Amino acid sequence: MAIGVKVLKRPERQVSYIRATLKGMALTFKHMFEKKVTMQYPEQKSTDPDHGMPGYSLSPRWRGTHRMLTDEQGRSKCVACGLCPQICPANCIKLVPGEDEEGHRYPLIYEIDEFRCIFCGYCQEVCPEEAIHVGVHFENAEYSRGRFVYDLERLSSQAHPVSTLWDPSDSKGE
Amino acid sequence: MTPEMKAFILLSVVKMVVVFTIIMIGVALLTLMERKVSAWMQNRHGPNRVGWAGLLQPAADGVKNILKEETYPAEANRGLFLVAPALSFIPALLTSSVIPFAAPLPLDFDFTLPLLGRFTWHGPMPMVVADVPVGFLFVLAISSLGVYGIALAGWASNSKYALLGGLRAAAQMISYEVAMGMSLIPVLLMSGNVSLAEIVSRQQTGGPVTWYVVPLFLSFFIFLVSGFAETNRLPFDLPEAESELIAGYHTEYSAMKFSFFFIAEYANVVTVCAMVTTLFFGGWDIPFTDWDRSGGLLPTLATWLVFFLKVMFWVFFVMWIRWTLPRFRYDQLMALGWKVLMPLALAYIMVVAVALYLIERVAGLTAPLAVSLAMLGINLVVAVLVFGLLDGGLFIRGSAQQQRLLQRRAERAETVG
Repeated sequence: MAIGVKVLKRPERQVSYIRATLKGMALTFKHMFEKKVTMQYPEQKSTDPDHGMPGYSLSPRWRGTHRMLTDEQGRSKCVACGLCPQICPANCIKLVPGEDEEGHRYPLIYEIDEFRCIFCGYCQEVCPEEAIHVGVHFENAEYSRGRFVYDLERLSSQAHPVSTLWDPSDSKGE
Repeated sequence: MTPEMKAFILLSVVKMVVVFTIIMIGVALLTLMERKVSAWMQNRHGPNRVGWAGLLQPAADGVKNILKEETYPAEANRGLFLVAPALSFIPALLTSSVIPFAAPLPLDFDFTLPLLGRFTWHGPMPMVVADVPVGFLFVLAISSLGVYGIALAGWASNSKYALLGGLRAAAQMISYEVAMGMSLIPVLLMSGNVSLAEIVSRQQTGGPVTWYVVPLFLSFFIFLVSGFAETNRLPFDLPEAESELIAGYHTEYSAMKFSFFFIAEYANVVTVCAMVTTLFFGGWDIPFTDWDRSGGLLPTLATWLVFFLKVMFWVFFVMWIRWTLPRFRYDQLMALGWKVLMPLALAYIMVVAVALYLIERVAGLTAPLAVSLAMLGINLVVAVLVFGLLDGGLFIRGSAQQQRLLQRRAERAETVG
């Protein structure tokens, strides 16, 4: 016999079918009064802070649709350095940089095609300004395909929490 | 036409409408109950969005099924394909017409309607749609008609899954029909009558002790098991066996025709549960009291409620078993029907016949309570014999296990020899 093969002891005689049935019925009956495990979705959400269903929170590794953070004046933090379209493996970020009269770079066009995105989170990791983030969010339904290309305004106006998986102060994950 | 005859027809029509309505609404609600009970047994909530606690879910399902497209397989036999749902639906509803569901209601009226003339009725009105003297045989005859609908549905669909389902259903229902009929003969021996009303009244004399489940426990057991098989419920749902046959005989059906099969299945469940209640649990009898036979509106309503509760318990039991036992394999199913239940039922007929002869003729006990208690003693012995000795693997031993057993026996013979 090979190593690690567990040999179960089979009953020599057949066990009583009636007794087994009664045991099974007791078990199923007991289950009727146990706590229900279903999360009532639209009312309870796993992103809610206290949804009352322990163990039903999103994974800390969750990476959802993006969000662009803004500074105090409401301008996006992005400096149009071009690192995120560069690193994006799905090539879903479209960035056209612009420069104002003081020499500050800013994105003229910043679009993310959420259909193409593979939610790897590299854009968040590579961003030197901590501007683009992947969000802790999963309700993305839309009525048209076009609505899945998020422009800068859309990215900035989203308010859901962002992924904290990658901590910039501990960039190597130590 | 005499005024009495007219009153009889009027009352019958009223009872028909009431019973039909209750059964149809009840069946609709049973689909919800089934889903709720299934959900609870799996620690889920079940449907709870449509209406309060999901109560309107059956209505939503009905509307959905009416609005859906009626599809016909290209190679199907159009005529039979259309007739099959009706053929399984009608017998399922017909059987409910002979089951007494409450104590007779004393009525006394005499009135005249314009055009229709005079209606008179004096005396108790039996609370059963058709108070036929052979109600018992009627139920057995009609319930076996249901197999035509299912077998024809399987054949007419011209699809391999449906055909296999139909074949299985036909074989299974005919096999278990035998055990079911045999298991009911002891009931006839005890009651000496085939009228369901009479069978109920025989059970009433001694409260729960004279309910036929006490003196005829094995009959009850066999009837219950074959009832599960007759209604194609788990653990005997081989005709639909989702995992092997998609949906069995109704694979090719859509929309309302599909619903008809479902209604038929649930109506059959209700009928079997009502039969269990009537034959073995005293029908509409309220235990420990004679008040239920005193006559009047209140006892009628109370007995109706008790009957309803008893039936609902058995309906719940059917659903309970569904989530407890896995499906039988086909050879196990046939072996259980032909090799276990039928011989058991036959032997039990002999035991009951001899026992009744000894108790009533030789020992001279005729009081129902005494007969019941004496039969209980005999049943305890039978139960120990059947469930203690026979149950050791005989019930569901399949071919593989039999082979293993033979092999083991051969090995043992080798070591000895």
